[in-house]
Amino acid sequence: MLSKKMLPALMLTSLLTPALAQAEIKVGVVTSSTGPIALVGIPQKNSVPLLPESAGGETIRYIALDDGSDPTAAVKAFKKLINDEHVDAIIGPSGSASAMGVIQFAAESGTPMLAPTGSAAVVLPMTEQKKWVFKTTQNDDLIAKALVDHMSAQGVKTLGLIGTADPYGENWAKVMAKLTKDAGIKITALENFQRQDTSMTGQSLKVLMANPDAVLIAAPGSSSVMPQTTLKDQGYQGQIYQTHGAALDPFLKLGGKAAEGTILAASLMLVIDEVADSPSKQIAADYMTRYKAIYGENPATFGANVYDAGLLLQNAIPTALEKGKPGTAEFRAALRDALEQTKELAATQGVYNMTPEDHSGFDERGREMITVKDGTWKLLN
Amino acid sequence: MNFQIAVLLGQDGVTNGAIYALLALSILLVFTVTRILLIPQGEFVTYGALTMAAIQSGHPTALAWMLLALMLIDCALDLRTMLQNGFNMLKMRWIGLKLGYALLLCVLIQTLPLAEIPMVAQALLTLGLLVPMGPIIYRLFFQPIASAPALVLLIVSIAVHVAMVGIGLLLFGPEGGRTKPFSDAGFSLGPVLLKSQTLWVILVSITLIILLFIAFERTLYGKALRAAAINRMGARLMGISPVFAGKATFAMATFIGALSGILIAPITTLYFDSGFIISLKGFVGAIIGGLASYPVAAVGALAVGLIEAFSMFWASNYKEIIVFTLIIPFLLWRSLTSRHVEEEEE
Repeated sequence: MLSKKMLPALMLTSLLTPALAQAEIKVGVVTSSTGPIALVGIPQKNSVPLLPESAGGETIRYIALDDGSDPTAAVKAFKKLINDEHVDAIIGPSGSASAMGVIQFAAESGTPMLAPTGSAAVVLPMTEQKKWVFKTTQNDDLIAKALVDHMSAQGVKTLGLIGTADPYGENWAKVMAKLTKDAGIKITALENFQRQDTSMTGQSLKVLMANPDAVLIAAPGSSSVMPQTTLKDQGYQGQIYQTHGAALDPFLKLGGKAAEGTILAASLMLVIDEVADSPSKQIAADYMTRYKAIYGENPATFGANVYDAGLLLQNAIPTALEKGKPGTAEFRAALRDALEQTKELAATQGVYNMTPEDHSGFDERGREMITVKDGTWKLLN
Repeated sequence: MNFQIAVLLGQDGVTNGAIYALLALSILLVFTVTRILLIPQGEFVTYGALTMAAIQSGHPTALAWMLLALMLIDCALDLRTMLQNGFNMLKMRWIGLKLGYALLLCVLIQTLPLAEIPMVAQALLTLGLLVPMGPIIYRLFFQPIASAPALVLLIVSIAVHVAMVGIGLLLFGPEGGRTKPFSDAGFSLGPVLLKSQTLWVILVSITLIILLFIAFERTLYGKALRAAAINRMGARLMGISPVFAGKATFAMATFIGALSGILIAPITTLYFDSGFIISLKGFVGAIIGGLASYPVAAVGALAVGLIEAFSMFWASNYKEIIVFTLIIPFLLWRSLTSRHVEEEEE
């Protein structure tokens, strides 16, 4: 029942609501929590509740959508967020192929996009459109450089490379071809496989016949396990390297004994207890504790990439608020400029230093050399 | 390429080929009896493998709840028919039995020390969870439209496949699973080491094929199914229930699928969405057999496995292309040599 007393109060609320809604900052999150790359998308979706709730005195509201690992659906989700929700920034999507497809829509509408994807092609080479894109993962060449340096130090002369037949594996093949050439390492076997393959015998035999000093497996998620177990089963004795794609706990579980002695470069989250104290360590430990409190398991690095995107935004929003109101084109443009000027921002994956040319912004503080010993991740000394 | 490599690749090809052969047989069986192209066949494989993996790591799998839910829907439908047709003591007992079975499995999954029980018990538990789902899936999704055109059945089949992949992600997570091998032993054959799991796969496949053969040739139920496959209308006139035939073939297909999953889980990593590509290769085998001949389908599936293994060695980039291009010459040959038969006679 409406009493006369309540009426003014109601009117007041209805007047205030639009004003409040305008002040809040809207951030869209697009992840692939279903479909083939759900492995990447699920921890990313799970990280949304952990993202910063406010910045510069304004509340941030997150609108999370799922693209089902489908680039077309990712485009639809982006259009919906941009045209219907008028978001100020978008975090996502999870997949490299999806990310490549949505860049033009983010750029056309002038919406900053923070991609937690692996492929460096999202921000390199820098173009007019990619100016709107920032990437919260280490570029492949940063990780690859660490691995190649280690190989050189160990006297590796020949290398076998087994990669997935997707953008991830292909980009690694490209990066490694260049880096190994500079280091004087010869790639003697280059094999491809599909994530769902039920057998790797052929590829593995081919590598064994070339008998390289070391083998690098470039595959995302649990698909990195089978090449390794097959190689070990067939008696390969050399050193096996993995990329940061393998930096997940299921790798240890599925790999079992075959995973022992693997060397990889990845973010410090895997060996958080061992690394020296740093701002990143604190932030990562805090993120991991909060994640574990909600979901009962350690987060995969992919989730931390989304979390870092939140931290980047939190850092940039106060500057952008001086230039315009949330929900306007000026604010989004200012937000982009502010993101590009991020300096020495410590987050879970390392320290970000953005420049107009480098929209990923990592240096060697964004990687650790890690090995597998007694079934757990250990810092490599 | 030397002898040793050829043997290793051959071993690999025969292992996968044996699995494809089993799948080809069950796809063929379901198709001839019910005219349904069983796209979800691959999901039974992944469900089998991933359930086994979950049990081995000691997690009470949520699949038990899914079985219970499906069983409840099934029994509710039973009760509804009974309301229409009057009370029937025998049917009532049957409902109680079904619900009791589902509840028993739920209790077993929750209470047993899953990781410690012997592997045979783990495998039996996996099969016990999965096999009843086949007939229920038939009952819920296909029985009401059993006489619809084959195209409608195919579309529903695809829908069931998509739903099962999604549910698989929910039940088992995205990480993929792998189980312990049945035994660690290996056998030396000259310079080559044969993996014991390979022998297991081949042995079980051959046994299953022989058992199927005996069942179809010697038992009354098998003969009834065969009759339904050869001529549905005629079989129905002879008093063979199409509902029974549908449910029986689905139970058999689920059993074969889940068992294949358990067999290959120790040698490969299976994901919630691996099933489709595996059953597609079984399907290529079934196509080579013209969707009619069991022995040709089995040989075709074996050939698919072998070609896959060798193309993986020579051209790993083009493996899938080579395997699936195989189907074209066979389709051409089939369409040129066989007379077109009108399927929709009913």
